[in-house]
Order: sequence, then structure tokens, then C-alpha cells
Amino acid sequence: MKTNKFWPWLIFILGAAYFIIPLLATFIFSLRMRRDALSFDAYVSVFSDPKFFATFGYSLVVGVFTIIVGVLVVVPAVYFVRLRMPWLKPIMEFTTLLPLMIPALVLVYGYIRLYGSSSLIPFTGSVLGTDILLTCAYVMLALPYMYRAVDNGMRTIDIGTLTEAAQIAGANQVQIIGQIILPNILVAILSGAFLTFAIVIGEFTIASLLARPAFGPYLVGIGTNRAYEPAALAIISFVITWGAMGMINVLGRFAPRTSARNT
Amino acid sequence: MAAFLEVNNLVKSFGSNTVVKGVNFAFDKGEFISLLGPSGCGKTTILRMIAGFENPTSGSIKVDGQDITGLKPNQRQLGMVFQAYALFPNLNVGDNIGFGLKIAGMPADERRARVDEMLKLIGLPGFEKRYPYEMSGGQQQRVALARAIAPRPRMLLLDEPLSALDAKIRVSLREEIRAIQLDLGITTVFVTHDQEEALSISDRIVVMNAGNIDQLGAPHEIYNKPATRFVATFVGHLNTIEATVLDAAAKTVSIDGQTATVPALPTTANNGSAVSLTLRPEVLAVGAREGSDITLTGTIADVTFLGSVIRLRVQLGQNVVSLDTFNDQRTAPPARGEPVTISLASKDLLVL
Repeated sequence: MKTNKFWPWLIFILGAAYFIIPLLATFIFSLRMRRDALSFDAYVSVFSDPKFFATFGYSLVVGVFTIIVGVLVVVPAVYFVRLRMPWLKPIMEFTTLLPLMIPALVLVYGYIRLYGSSSLIPFTGSVLGTDILLTCAYVMLALPYMYRAVDNGMRTIDIGTLTEAAQIAGANQVQIIGQIILPNILVAILSGAFLTFAIVIGEFTIASLLARPAFGPYLVGIGTNRAYEPAALAIISFVITWGAMGMINVLGRFAPRTSARNT
Repeated sequence: MAAFLEVNNLVKSFGSNTVVKGVNFAFDKGEFISLLGPSGCGKTTILRMIAGFENPTSGSIKVDGQDITGLKPNQRQLGMVFQAYALFPNLNVGDNIGFGLKIAGMPADERRARVDEMLKLIGLPGFEKRYPYEMSGGQQQRVALARAIAPRPRMLLLDEPLSALDAKIRVSLREEIRAIQLDLGITTVFVTHDQEEALSISDRIVVMNAGNIDQLGAPHEIYNKPATRFVATFVGHLNTIEATVLDAAAKTVSIDGQTATVPALPTTANNGSAVSLTLRPEVLAVGAREGSDITLTGTIADVTFLGSVIRLRVQLGQNVVSLDTFNDQRTAPPARGEPVTISLASKDLLVL
């Protein structure tokens, strides 16, 4: 049957244009630093700023710790809720959505009141303490994405039977999670990890109010007193984020196939 | 000799629903035991309690004299094969079979040798690098069997391992399972709802009904001498013939005007009361047969051609009975509506 593809294509082109034109404009603007010529001077300027690498490196380290803590919290939690306490699932779904409803500003003021230098647990009293607090805040911020990625991963395997098969073979809970569950949901975890990384790299509010030298506040700071570098940084941020998203797609092809797909 | 597997007063309740109601049995080392019954009869729950996946509400389970009731599944040294194969998707065949050995801390070279031995045993040598998704259902289930027996467990538990397979593979795999079990001499508990499966490979069968054991015995005992009407109807096909008691003390009844002496009558039977007699299709014969003392005349109501066997349904007054005859290639099968004479021996009549 011959179908008219004009309207679907028109909507697709309009949608794509809505996203691509501003990006293209930003990219072209970032190349206009040198008068009357297109150049990568803005990018050279960004990469020659030691603060760029310092803040990016800081956010990278915080991002890695956020992913590790997130995985250590979310994977066992989702595993035990699915296996032993399925009645807790709706509560867990709701709880993990809270970070999307509560603004980061509210969250960070709450943290400062609760963990300020004059409180019982003075996290903000030291640099290390503040870094730990920032990591915890990012774990919370990334929770909706990490939870859903891990939960979807566990849905594709029969964790109940696999757990029993490993148990009867002599494995304990740590061995089951480490050797059976984790490898089978690795791709899902990596999806959650890249989403977490993308969030941490661009986050401004919490890092700024906790006065930490993160990449987000650096981006905003550059934007206030430079002309072309912010455009170059915006493109660099897009490339990093898209790179992370692309990795999710690439790794998805290596997902272990379950026997269920074969029958 | 003390029993190898001993289950005492085993009870399991889920809330107010009691699914296993005080079950007792004891089996010797090396026996192949089937727990047979319909869905919801409690057979899988018993197996899961033996494995340690469910805690009994009360009662105890002993294996080789050791009370394992309170032990975790990973402390019981048992092997289990699941209906859904449950192979680890991230591990290849060799690593799946060697999983229990690795957990037990067996050195890599010994482990490799044991995996090779297991692959030979299940007829899949050279398959160690394959992944579960690259194999058929039957092959996956054979790997699951090898994984279960590789660590030399004290007992093997099989939870409907053949249910997900197609008919032909089911028959060949059950024969393989039995051959391997006899070869290793491993005590095996097999859960199934398929009576043919249970009858064909078991040393003894536990027929379960609504959380209780209705009968425990060798396959031929279960089939030939069913203890209850449930066992008789669940295991194999059963015909029912209505009769009238002539003399309760002498155990004589009237079937279609003919007198027969039956092996037993219910204690409630009085002279003149109606009684239901049951009999297997194979004890009925078309025409006269040696040893038969009752002859009944009826009409063929239905003919089912099953290849080597022809199953006839015969209308006898108000009763309809089934009987099997061998297919004779030289004569056409009987036709529907034809008159027929059938005979049986009164000693084969069961009163349940």
C-alpha cells in the first residue's frame, strides 16, 4: 500500500530543526572569535584555561564516586525488593521520583541546615565532608535514572530462579549479586551510570551553593564574562553528554541474551 | 537400614491456606522418587522445602540422618534442576557447569576435568564455550542437569524439568535422566503432574492430593491397586460400571443381570444397594478371553485410532466404558454403532 510520507517527514524536519538550528548557531558563533574568519580560537582558549581541566576533573571524580555509591545503594535495594518485598515496589517507585519533584535549591538548603558546620553532623565543616555531601546529593539527584535503569535490567532476567539456582549450587548472597545478578544487568547499570555522569557534569545549583569547584559553576562563571568561550563550552558539554548517551546505545548491543529470548 | 530421605509431619501454610498437611515419607539411598499430583496439590512446595527455598510451618526433613530443616539452601549440598532451565545467561556452558565447583573452591584444572566429564555424561562434549542462548531447550536442560550433579550433591531435586520441552525430547530426556541417575546411584526427587512420566522412570511414586499423600508405592502398585478413587482417576484411565449388591457378605454383585464375585465391597454396602465398580480399559477384551467370567453386550459408541492401539467406547445400558485393542492391519477397525460383546474377569473389578 502506498502511503503518503509527506506529513511525517515534515514533522520530523520541523522537530529536528527546532533542536539542530540553535545548536548549529551556537557552534557557528563559537567559531567567530577571530574577526572575519572562522576558527577554533574559542576552543583553544577554553582548553588552555587550567580551570577548565581542574573543574572538569573534579566533576569527573565526583561523578565516578556518585556512580559507585549509586550502584552500591540501588542494585541491592532493587534486588531485595523484587525478590523478597515486592509489596514495597510502589513506595520505592514514588520515593525515587521525589528528586524530580523537589527542586535542587530546596534540597541543598535542607542539607546546609542539617549538615552545616554548627549541626550535629557537620559535613560542611571540612572540604572532604562537603565533597561527601555533594556526592550524596548527586546520588539522590540521579536516583530516578539509576533506579529505573537497574529495575529495567532486572526485569529482563528471572532473578528469582537464577538466585535459587545459584543458592542450591552453594553460593551466598554476596556471590549471587556479584557473580550472577550484576553481570547480567551490567548494561543497564552502565546506562544508569552514563545518565548519572551527564547529570553530574552539568549540575550547577548544589555545587555552587556548597562552594565546590565543579564544572557546572565554571560553565556559568565563564558565561558571565566571556563572549565566545561559553558557546564553545556549550558545544563541548553537548559532545560529552551525547557521547555518554551514545555509549548506552553501543553497550546495549552487548547485553547478555537470556534463555527466555531463545524459546 | 535408616532411610536416606526422611520427611516427618511436614506442614506448610501460606496465611490461612495450608498447602501441605502433615506429610510423612521415607526413602532409601539411590531411589528415584516422583511426587505426582495436579496443580496446587503441594508437590512443588514439598520439593522447595527440601531444597530450603520455603520454611516448613512445622515438621522436619532429614537427609542421610542429618536434620536439614533449619539449614540455608547453600548449606544443604543438594542439586536442583528447574522447569525454566535457570542457566546463568552471562556464563558459558563450561562456567555454568563449573559454577558450584568454583563456589566450593575447587582448583581450576580439577574443575575443568570435572566439567569435561559432565559434558561427556550428558552427551554434549565440546559445548563448553557455547552460551545458553545458542542452545535448544533440551540441550539447556541437559546442561542444567550437569550443573546440578557436578558438585556431587547428596540428592538431586527435579522440579518439572521436562514440562517446557516438546513431546519427543521430553521422552528421550526422561530416559537419559533415569540412565544417569541409575549410573550415579543418586537419590532423586522428581516433581511432575504427568502420570506417564512418573510411571515410566520412578522406583516409587507419591501421589499427592490437596496437600495429603493419597498413595505411596511402586508404579505398578499405584496403577494396579489404586488406594483411592482420586489415585485411580488421576493415574491412568478408569471405567465405572454401576452394579447392584446381591449378597454383601459373599461379595456378589449383579452387573447387567450377570452375577460376579468382586474382591471387596465397601463396608456400607447392603444387599440390594447400588455400587460403583471401576476397571482399567486394558482388563476389558472384545469377545471372549481366557480367564474372563463376565460377558457384556453393548454397542460401539466411538472409535479412536491411536496407531498401534484402537480405543473403543462401548455403550453398556447406562454405562459407557473404554477399552483398548491392538490394531490388526489385516482387518478394518470396528465401526461406530456395531454391536459388540466384551468380557472381563471379576477379580479385576475395583471397588473404590
